[in-house]
Amino acid sequence: MKFADFVSPDAIKAGLGADTKDGVIEEMVTALVDANQIAGTETESILKAIKKREELGSTGIGRGVAVPHTKHPSVDRLVATVGVSEEGVDFDSLDGEKVQLFFLLVSPPDRPSDHLRALENISRQLRDEAFCRFLKQSKTVAEVKQLLEEADNNQFVS
Amino acid sequence: MFCEESVNVPGGFDGTRTVVVMTQQTTSRNVTIVNPQGLHARPADLFVKLANQFESAIEVIKNGERVDGKSILSVLTLAAEQGTELTIEATGHDAAVAIDALTGLVDNGFVADEAVEDQGTNPQ
Repeated sequence: MKFADFVSPDAIKAGLGADTKDGVIEEMVTALVDANQIAGTETESILKAIKKREELGSTGIGRGVAVPHTKHPSVDRLVATVGVSEEGVDFDSLDGEKVQLFFLLVSPPDRPSDHLRALENISRQLRDEAFCRFLKQSKTVAEVKQLLEEADNNQFVS
Repeated sequence: MFCEESVNVPGGFDGTRTVVVMTQQTTSRNVTIVNPQGLHARPADLFVKLANQFESAIEVIKNGERVDGKSILSVLTLAAEQGTELTIEATGHDAAVAIDALTGLVDNGFVADEAVEDQGTNPQ
């Protein structure tokens, strides 16, 4: 699975304004609503589910990366967006580092394999130090899009 | 890198490597992912946390692809769905205990975790 298969280009956020864990989650879910990827009426329910998942254990998986996510019956396919924070946000990460890169995923409850393949793609690409560094340095949505596209074209990982 | 080159050659084809191999104990066991959601972020987190409690190097192998079992980024690249067969390999003095613990976690379907997570994320 490639980024283009699950990341909604119109919902990508460079220069996230939020500086708290909940704030980032809200900003990214709002971006998905604004991009018509999830229904506005479901916002509260989705936010609640994502935050509840974080309470089980942070999705900050290290290297300044987090993958906040939930299953939700209001979507019929995996939808996702990417957010970049210049300063980094305290996300209770597994390695204690601040998080600069966020991949927020909302998937249908009955499609666990799509969710796994998205996680696979994210983790595989982010193991590449150059990709990770360039993405963190992205200041515009256009830069983020270009990097995701290059990653999809296997320019970072063989 | 846990002498990765050395421990991956239990047969000791290369004379210079054999010295290292003889001081290491490698144990491996096959497991099947049984939980419906597969090896997603939360189970991967639990697996990696458990793996890090042992001194042995831990590797997980799927279809010949071998990854570091102590790195969540690496474990997530396996995209192991329900029904996927994996081999867990431990090398070090506590390898046997590590294998028992890690295969137990997988065999039980990360069970405590899945129950909680399903409650949390399935607003019915």
